[in-house]
Amino acid sequence: MAATHDKFGRPIVVVTGMGVVTSLGAGKADNWAKLTAGESGIRTITRFPTNGLKTSIAGTVDFLKVEPFSSPDLSQKLAETAAEEAIMQAAIGTKRDFPGPLFLAVAPVEIEWPNRLELGRDTGTLDCTYDDLLRVSGGGKYRGYHRRFLFGSVSDHLAETFGTKGSPISLSTACASGASAIQLGVEAIRRGESDATLCVATDGSVNLENLIRFSLLSALSMRNDAPQSAARPFSKNRDGFVMAEGAGALVLESYESATARGAKILGVLIGCGELADSFHRTRSSPDGKPIIGCVRNALSDAGIGPERIDYINAHGTGTPENDKMEYLGISSVFGEQTSRIPVSSNKSMVGHTLSAAGAVEAVFSLLTLEHQRIPPTINYDVPDPAIRFDVVPNKARDARVTAVMSNSFGFGGQNASLILTREPL
Amino acid sequence: MSETKSSKPGSTEVWITGIGLATSLGEGLDMTWDALSQRRINVDEKNFAPYVVHPWAPVNFDSQIPKKGDQRQMEAWQRIGTYTAGLALDSAGIKGNSEILARMDMIVAAGGGERDLAVDTAIMQAAAKSNFAPGLLNERLMSDLRPTLFLAQLSNLLAGNIAIVHGVTGSSRTFMGEEGAGVDAARIALARIAAGQSDIALIGGSHNSERKEMLMLYEFDDFNLRDRFAPVWARSSRPGFALGAVGAFLVMESRAHAQARGARPFARLTNVVADQARRKTPGEVTASLQALWSKLGKLDGHGAIITGATGVEPVTSEELAFLRQHPDFAIRASGTAFGHNMEAQFILGLALAALSISRGALFPPNDPTALEVEMSKAPSQIVVAGAGHWRSEGMALVEAVK
Repeated sequence: MAATHDKFGRPIVVVTGMGVVTSLGAGKADNWAKLTAGESGIRTITRFPTNGLKTSIAGTVDFLKVEPFSSPDLSQKLAETAAEEAIMQAAIGTKRDFPGPLFLAVAPVEIEWPNRLELGRDTGTLDCTYDDLLRVSGGGKYRGYHRRFLFGSVSDHLAETFGTKGSPISLSTACASGASAIQLGVEAIRRGESDATLCVATDGSVNLENLIRFSLLSALSMRNDAPQSAARPFSKNRDGFVMAEGAGALVLESYESATARGAKILGVLIGCGELADSFHRTRSSPDGKPIIGCVRNALSDAGIGPERIDYINAHGTGTPENDKMEYLGISSVFGEQTSRIPVSSNKSMVGHTLSAAGAVEAVFSLLTLEHQRIPPTINYDVPDPAIRFDVVPNKARDARVTAVMSNSFGFGGQNASLILTREPL
Repeated sequence: MSETKSSKPGSTEVWITGIGLATSLGEGLDMTWDALSQRRINVDEKNFAPYVVHPWAPVNFDSQIPKKGDQRQMEAWQRIGTYTAGLALDSAGIKGNSEILARMDMIVAAGGGERDLAVDTAIMQAAAKSNFAPGLLNERLMSDLRPTLFLAQLSNLLAGNIAIVHGVTGSSRTFMGEEGAGVDAARIALARIAAGQSDIALIGGSHNSERKEMLMLYEFDDFNLRDRFAPVWARSSRPGFALGAVGAFLVMESRAHAQARGARPFARLTNVVADQARRKTPGEVTASLQALWSKLGKLDGHGAIITGATGVEPVTSEELAFLRQHPDFAIRASGTAFGHNMEAQFILGLALAALSISRGALFPPNDPTALEVEMSKAPSQIVVAGAGHWRSEGMALVEAVK
């Protein structure tokens, strides 16, 4: 019988179910087909008027309807869709009875403009203030908004829907959240707290104010005329990321428990790393040390050297800053090997799914291992000579892939890296 | 729902070696202790009337956040938290110790940042006066929002600011989700240290009471205490919580790590357990708390319970039913003195428990209903409990180090 513990004596953590939703579609099959065909899910925003905005494109998920729209409502729908696919594939537990805890990466929640304006109308005054809003808030008429706009709202619904155990954790590490949710799940299994965990990351937060917030930070691409070619990771003419929506879900199990119940093993989470950056609220330390340290922590947690990595699923947002710093970090760790490792960015096609990105890209990394085919970085027409990655330009490529590193970096100095393999090492 | 399993209690002993507290009653452990001893309460019944809040007691932010530029980049909740995190690091004797801070893990329990009420108000009024003209919202948000306001609002940017100001960079995780976020921050940090996944961690949260947009969220279900203050247990005829202003941070580390650097413990954090009852039928919260109680570990009796009870119903009555099953424990509701602080409430309870154990006394009761009684002997075990206003039940065992 194969070893059930890794070389550090920890339970081996495997993936037995995965689900994904992006602007390309719902489900692994649809996403993988489009991803490897180099299709883009980025489009002109139709959810709300975009007149006067600098950016009017996004990777919205418009095929899942929530009426009326709110970010937590869509985030919940996306998460449910992805989690259901993952649990179905894992064939674990029974309906509404998942045998482990929930770790949910979710965007921060707040009352949104349609609700605020609705209350404003209700005050009956043109000069309404927050005191007027407060006057009409009570009495139960808006009780549903309390439930909806709590930070724990989405995880509470998911915990009930899927019957996860214990206290569900909602977490945010900004654009690294999805990876952090997976890391928390891995750690819980390694501690022996549970044989299985449900790790979900979701983001349905393309609303007017959120778009403007990122726009005011000059983070977004403004290539509104050509949405599908707006996301240009690693290109010299990249001009920012494209906001997007989606969700990724993984069922993680101890190898021992998965094999005991005869579950199909889809991949192995062999290592996780993280390291915070104290340089700036939105920028990486210019010396790249936090990213370098994060990548090294992941390798060290996995107990492997960089030579074992044969594909990197990049954070690759397409902002001038991120891609430059990611190259610095990766090339510092991988040295001469850097130019020989394929490094592609799914965000060139699905956009930046923010809180969901780490999990969406973990699913794509696992599909890369399964199909032995690397999704491309599209819109790569003008290489940035300062970034000498093999970005798998524009066309998917068949390749032997045994170990993938997936990186996620976020505002607030957040860095997280995952290492995934097809088989236990 | 079954409870979340805790790590194996007793595997690696975890100590609380640093406490940072800054609240409506002032800052620091001595000032907090004095206020509790004198049964002092700081409430504001006027400025947010009809709602009652515990206002923040101003501090000199410069002493923990030396750069004015950093202070300007934060809204109040972040300043409170970043300031208090600094107090906790000072208390643990590791402020500026870059070797430790660079590998120190951090879990922050956070809500989100303040909205710019002036901007919101101006936009609401303009919208109303233009009969909600399409495009007006776009134009006004583009022109009125400060570009960096977003960074003062993002939940994970309290942790981000702590990294920037104090250099805590081993890891940075932010848990959201009201009261449960604070319980889980403590639970996960403890589990990681107990299992050898971490040596030392900073956990904490902050809450700013003076936010009308948050009063609004809670007013949607009439959770706010109105008109005049009453201690938590004396609110049965007028249930509600009075929001509080609290920064509460703890440094937790393995016994071996603390001893190696000669650190003195306030107390031992023995166990943290959590669950989330659906609360669909009466009695679920009582049963959930009772189940958590049975998972805490060996209780010697004649200890104390510090609860973050909210004062809202029906959950406070459900919690009372649980507390009455343990009449040999002296009860204290942190909400009477400090108000309700959502994500920070449970960590505040842990801080008060560790402080009480280190001072060899439980602070005096403050309760006209006499549920809270005097405790004459030094507590060696304090259970920290909390049932969230809508979801989440949590419990911890804090003990004297033997």
